[in-house]
Amino acid sequence: MATTFTLNGDPVTIEGAPTALLLDVLRNGLGLTGARYGCGEEQCGACLVLVDGVAVHACGREVGTLAGRDVVTAEGVPEVIRAAFIAEQAAQCGYCSSGMIVAAAGLLGRVVRPGRDEVVAALDGNLCRCGSHPRIVAAVLRAAEGMAP
Amino acid sequence: MIANTLPKSLQDNPRLDQWITILPGGGVMLRVGKVEIGQGITTALAQIAAEELDIAPGRLVVTAGDTAAAPDEGTTTGSMSVEMSGGAVRLVCAEVRGLFLAAAAGRLERSVSGLSVRDGAVMAGAVATGLNYWNLAGAVPLAREATGAVSVKPQSAHRLVGTDMPRRDLALKLSGGGFLHDMVLPGMAHARVLHPPLIGARLEAVDAAVIERAGASVFQHGNFAAVLAGSAAVAEAALAVARPVWSGGAAIGPVMEEAGWLVGREAIHSHFGVAGEASPGDRIRAVYTRPYISHGTLGPSVAIAEFDGARLVIWSHSQGPYPLRRHVAALTGLAETAITVRHAQGAGCYGHNGADDAALEAALLALHHPGRPIRVLWTRADEFAQEPVGTAMSVEIAAALDAAGRPVDWTATIWSAPHVGRMFAANLLPFQALPEPPAAVAMVDPAPEGGGGASRNSVPIYDVGPCRVDVHLVQRPPVRTSALRGLGALPNVFAIESFLDELAERAGVDPVEYRLSILSDARARRVLVAAAEMARWARRGPAGTGAGLGIGLGRYKNKSAFAAVAVALEVDTEVRLRRIWCSVDAGLAINPDGIRNQVEGGIIQAASMTLKEQVRLGSEGIASRSWAEYPILRFSEIPPIETVLLDAGDEPPLGVGECTMGPTAAAIGNAVAHALGARIRDMPFTRERIAAALLAGG
Ligand code: FES
Ligand code: FES
Repeated sequence: MATTFTLNGDPVTIEGAPTALLLDVLRNGLGLTGARYGCGEEQCGACLVLVDGVAVHACGREVGTLAGRDVVTAEGVPEVIRAAFIAEQAAQCGYCSSGMIVAAAGLLGRVVRPGRDEVVAALDGNLCRCGSHPRIVAAVLRAAEGMAP
Repeated sequence: MIANTLPKSLQDNPRLDQWITILPGGGVMLRVGKVEIGQGITTALAQIAAEELDIAPGRLVVTAGDTAAAPDEGTTTGSMSVEMSGGAVRLVCAEVRGLFLAAAAGRLERSVSGLSVRDGAVMAGAVATGLNYWNLAGAVPLAREATGAVSVKPQSAHRLVGTDMPRRDLALKLSGGGFLHDMVLPGMAHARVLHPPLIGARLEAVDAAVIERAGASVFQHGNFAAVLAGSAAVAEAALAVARPVWSGGAAIGPVMEEAGWLVGREAIHSHFGVAGEASPGDRIRAVYTRPYISHGTLGPSVAIAEFDGARLVIWSHSQGPYPLRRHVAALTGLAETAITVRHAQGAGCYGHNGADDAALEAALLALHHPGRPIRVLWTRADEFAQEPVGTAMSVEIAAALDAAGRPVDWTATIWSAPHVGRMFAANLLPFQALPEPPAAVAMVDPAPEGGGGASRNSVPIYDVGPCRVDVHLVQRPPVRTSALRGLGALPNVFAIESFLDELAERAGVDPVEYRLSILSDARARRVLVAAAEMARWARRGPAGTGAGLGIGLGRYKNKSAFAAVAVALEVDTEVRLRRIWCSVDAGLAINPDGIRNQVEGGIIQAASMTLKEQVRLGSEGIASRSWAEYPILRFSEIPPIETVLLDAGDEPPLGVGECTMGPTAAAIGNAVAHALGARIRDMPFTRERIAAALLAGG
């Protein structure tokens, strides 16, 4: 079995069982480690990727469901978002950061200049143990300014 | 400033070349024993080094926590990194710079006084001399002991220290790398460990056939067992079908969840200080508790180990590479010199989580699979159920009061499990699983003079008269316990600051005014007043309206950074945080933005613990094994936080990682009491406790 989809802009074909989990395929198969393993139970957000622009948990997503879809990982989010996180120094350990920038990319792909409440709502499923939340919100708002027309 | 006593890190590692190597091609390697656990320590240390060496920070390569290439600085913990390691780096780099200037002066046949360094180049006034660290390196041997006698720069001369230098590790982490979790070695086997449900459980049987059918193999040694496979997916599949049969083990259950269960158990007793004459009947008393708390690291523990038949190399996110190496030697029987432990970053750990256990497990597996690198990864459930948790604590304070209602005689009685289980092999999982596990040893906390464990911050920073602290360290808690951010500081400060609010109320005095009336430490007063002003304390409303404003103050370890936190919140069936204000005096601020980051992170983590967190126990061990069962604070629950760092001039830098934890828990407790007109003395502040407090208070 093979599944073909777009990954960070390029076509990719994954051989093997369609039931393989996207997180395992990305990290262990393709060496793309941006999506992090945090819980494997769709509860922390560390593994988020965009599928057709929507943030989904790679740890709960089977590769077979991705045929023909557009997948973006933390490695592929717009540079302006990464730059905003660096400008705000929006992390401590940074383990949650991948999930945060993907959640941000999902929001900013759909809403121009979101308000603080929209940012908070978009990030609410993502956990951070270090308490970097206020900076992360500030970073997303900064990125939103940078991406607005 | 001339140092007359060398920092401990430098006494232990006195040679300059243990810290600094001039690299060919224009770089400088800084070697440190403290490791990056997510708080920016390597950035702050690089900042100090670049400052004293007068080089651009970009020239520095930092090697942290490598037993083959970096000094032994013990464990990265307790806000000590900037105080200890930073002090050593500062002196070493000042001395290295001085040696190079002296060598240059010799070459140029002129005095040192006219020379300076600009980005590693020796300058005579504004003129480059053509000499620099790199072309002089051969003439300046660093294989010599530091004297500590070279002057470091005064604050007024700092160009880098005191600035918001960005984190060195962030860009990589935002681009998909940066963690040990991402490391792959050729031919690496993936292992998952079959962990026992209860402490001391015996492994009766493992069905090897079912594991082999899943494509994996099983390794067993005593009560230790793991599945191994060529891929992570197969290892996980094998773990899912493996049904190890366990028997025995120390029975536990929900009744042991609360700190109250510890009170009166078999314990090691110690005390310090002397109480006054007041009889028990003359004292006001109250008991405050915190339950067991998970470190809740976002990334479960991982380790890689490789044994070539003679040498064992381990990659770990342990906080203490050298202490870990000692444990690995004891576990494997290899000499310490045959073992290298290399630190690589994990997710923020906030103490002793599963990192060391996973590293020891990988070491054991590698030893029995020479030539094959072994990667051990814990599952989320492992990390919640198997890591050593932060201990529950019960703190009873009893004080006699003067006519004005101020304490004149103070005692604290603490019941707790040990706080530094990492030190004892008998408390580490792979040792417990040996065919003949090490005998139980007395697990004692650090001495009070060293900061204490359960006793940390148990002595008030206020003028309370004679003070005695009794510590009962329960040796057989229901779960493994070890270091959690700040050890006993959070429960003790929560207890003291709650108690003071209760005393202020008895005396009919405003809580801030009351504190100031028994507080002579000028720095503490300044911090308290600053937070109160930020929170517009003077406009604080009456109690019992459902809206509360509370404050908490502490000096971490009674000798580190000062912090005051004020919290505004609302309570109906649950607590909703509205605003938080914080003031900190951290001495000389190496990296103000880094300090703010840690201070705010500590506030949010402490708020999460105070409002939500409790490790749940069931008959099968720890029952809270997922984020659904162990919720932490989310974005929508976190209010705006305003922080000020008070200027402390040239006062020595003080660690800030833990300073806001206790004051935050206390401020929330006091604000809730203000909102309800009734007090909750037990963390976390659940709906049930809010309802009970209202019932009791109303
Ligand atoms: S790893 Fe997927 S949500 Fe936690
Ligand atoms: S920065 Fe560590 S988990 Fe968010």
